Amino acid sequence: MPSIDYLGQDGIERVVVVTTGTTVRDAAIEHDVPGILGECGGNAECGTCHVYVDRSQLAALAPIQDIEDAMLDFTACPRADNSRLGCQIRADDAIGCLRVRVPDRQV
Amino acid sequence: MDHTTAPLGPDDPVVIVGAGQGGLQAAMSLRDHGFTGPLTLVGAERTAPYQRPPLSKSYLAGADDAGALTLRPPSFFQAHRIRLRSGVRAVDIDRVGGKLVLDTAERLPYRHLVLATGARPRALPIPGTDLAGVQPLRTVADADELRRRTSVPARLVIIGGGLIGMEAAATAVLAGHQVTVIEQQPRILSRVLGPDIAAYLDELHRAHGTTILTEHGVLALHGEAGRVREVRLDDGSRLPADIVLVCVGVLPNTRLATFTDLGVADGILVDDRLRTCDPAISAIGDCASFPCGDRRIRLESVHNAVDQARHLGALRTGALDAPFRAVPRFWTHQFQARVQMAGLAAPDDESVVDGDPGSGRFTVRRFRDGRLSAVESVNQPAVHLAARRLLAAAR
Repeated sequence: MPSIDYLGQDGIERVVVVTTGTTVRDAAIEHDVPGILGECGGNAECGTCHVYVDRSQLAALAPIQDIEDAMLDFTACPRADNSRLGCQIRADDAIGCLRVRVPDRQV
Repeated sequence: MDHTTAPLGPDDPVVIVGAGQGGLQAAMSLRDHGFTGPLTLVGAERTAPYQRPPLSKSYLAGADDAGALTLRPPSFFQAHRIRLRSGVRAVDIDRVGGKLVLDTAERLPYRHLVLATGARPRALPIPGTDLAGVQPLRTVADADELRRRTSVPARLVIIGGGLIGMEAAATAVLAGHQVTVIEQQPRILSRVLGPDIAAYLDELHRAHGTTILTEHGVLALHGEAGRVREVRLDDGSRLPADIVLVCVGVLPNTRLATFTDLGVADGILVDDRLRTCDPAISAIGDCASFPCGDRRIRLESVHNAVDQARHLGALRTGALDAPFRAVPRFWTHQFQARVQMAGLAAPDDESVVDGDPGSGRFTVRRFRDGRLSAVESVNQPAVHLAARRLLAAAR
């Protein structure tokens, strides 16, 4: 079973085991991982599920589509080369443990 | 400092009436800002707090199940020490003694009370609304009922061409049902959107097969053996109907406030710090009328409920002391159109269209007296976010 490792702003790593295909946003809400809001319900409309992804894993994720690309320019914390919206990236067995860092704020 | 306006202390109980998205966010924001006192969330619906927007969209389409609506799992409430009381109604407030009275006869003490009671569907004052097959669309129970009734092809008549009516219409048309929308005004969505995007959506609906009858009213609903069979319009014509969805707006749930002598006028009256005339009682979300510029408004918008709830959490814990001034925002999804609105336009505000509606991605800027009042965008989320910042800076 795949997992997601969230490194929080508080320095704490929270690892949650999820089913394949679960988004980083949904898993965070389900497991009460602080710092990911995902207010729009996972529709790439609010930019409040912003995460920084472990660079070695970026290529394994589904590519960034236009809408996500546009939203990433408006996140509360600055966009970096490894920025993704949590609602657009999913855990899967091929990746194993997906490692993300939660930004300091989302609004 | 009056103890009722001092920031909440660790032993001060807070009770929130209404376990919708606003009420839940208020609880979360209080905890996020370090409030550690007893926190109770009281909701009349039996379901745990859930989000309503998918009820007319993906949930109605069957693309989501009830789990997808739930805002937080049960473990969340335990972890954050939020006492959730579902299926319980508040019936009175003992403002002197600081107690909320429930329909279980319990009296919950509070140092601060938050009214997040939301709104209820407006009833249609015509004969036949008690027939089976006639229903509103506000709660998950309503959506479940509609899903049951639309599990076979149906002739669906939707009374009201506002956001809920048009979203339900889009969902039903895509599912293959025969849909007719009846709207009193000369166009659909006249209360919430300018003419350009309303016309765009109207055209999108017609292209998909929705029948839209504007400038029509409904006189009565007729049935047979207790089930609705047809809708009689004000021009005398009759529409066959298997299901009638009543989407003619909502009324704020202010009964508790009126009953306890808190000021009410199209919503529970609050100041710019979201307090009612009783400093120990606040109100947020669909039920609250708050100052905006030189007037008062009440917004039926999930974003507003969440924004006010967030602001309330910061205010009551002393994290900040600033007026509530978030830019109003709304959205709707109908077919492939993801429409987002920022700001508040009056119906006669000017419109400037940016981009080509034919492309399915465009924006309409609304102006009043030369100033930008709102921005309505279709499939341009980045433009929407930029507009929010622009409008916020102008406040």
